[in-house]
Amino acid sequence: MSLIEKIEQEQMKKDLPAFRAGDTVRVHVKIKEGDKERVQAFEGTVIRVRRGGLNATFTVRKISFGQGVERIFPLHSPVIEKIDVTRTGRVRRAKLYYLRQLKGRKARIRKSTRER
Amino acid sequence: MVDGILGRKLGVTRLFQENGDLVAATVLKVGPCVVLQRKTAGKDGYEAVQLALVELPGPRRVTRPEQGHFKRAGANPSRFVREVQLKNGDASIKMGDKVLVDEFKANELVDVIGVSKGRGFAGFHKRHHFGGGGASHGSMFHRAPGSIGASAFPSRVLKGMLAAGHMGAARVTVRNLRILRVLPDDNALIVRGAVPGPDGGYVIVRRAKAPKL
Repeated sequence: MSLIEKIEQEQMKKDLPAFRAGDTVRVHVKIKEGDKERVQAFEGTVIRVRRGGLNATFTVRKISFGQGVERIFPLHSPVIEKIDVTRTGRVRRAKLYYLRQLKGRKARIRKSTRER
Repeated sequence: MVDGILGRKLGVTRLFQENGDLVAATVLKVGPCVVLQRKTAGKDGYEAVQLALVELPGPRRVTRPEQGHFKRAGANPSRFVREVQLKNGDASIKMGDKVLVDEFKANELVDVIGVSKGRGFAGFHKRHHFGGGGASHGSMFHRAPGSIGASAFPSRVLKGMLAAGHMGAARVTVRNLRILRVLPDDNALIVRGAVPGPDGGYVIVRRAKAPKL
């Protein structure tokens, strides 16, 4: 293994839960305020998982006060304390960009029977 | 203490900072190096050390005079030999001494010198960032340089006019790169940002000459 691979591997998290597009996740994000640190949760639907080792990211979409909000997280970011999968969804594509055009009842995702 | 070390560029990756920032990082394999020669103010007019990068395989062919030069320092022949200045002529450094990564500490600023990637005969756009003309809408002026000498006056091309020509494959110094990490076990340094040259290219790392504060 090359040194660069080793450096990348060292930074990667090994205890990540398995989730994919369509799942609902709760991302616990560390936030620094002055010199205090607290954890804030961002809960929503995963609409995209981008692979790529250390550079992997995922996008979580939620509706906040009627306004769609998306956040892109680097999967291995040290700012993410924990990811909880709260619901697994059954979807037929890998990227759920179509959800941006839908709202309310149309933006629902069927529950999956997939094992957590 | 030697203010420089020789090495090779291994490649570029990214490092997570504690606050979640992702930072571009170049991994350099540096050292071990051997002091081949000590240049002194008395004898050579300036203070410096000549370093040789220790690595395998060595050079395929070593001339007789070179063989003697390496032998004098008790070192194996090396492909990469460069001089590094000594600011205040440290008397403790002798011929045959080893120079390792631990000369450097994390968070220090360094200058990295390498040979940039060759671009061959490059046009104006690539070499000098000329704008060029429009691509479509009937434009008949695409990647040409435009006027270079006007007409009646001056009726010649001024000296120093930017032109197309050979680009890259030249010695380039990048100043004030921050050392993100020192890996003494791997003889490696991780430096923030980009370093000239291809992966595998030889580089000189020296303590920053004019550190930005």
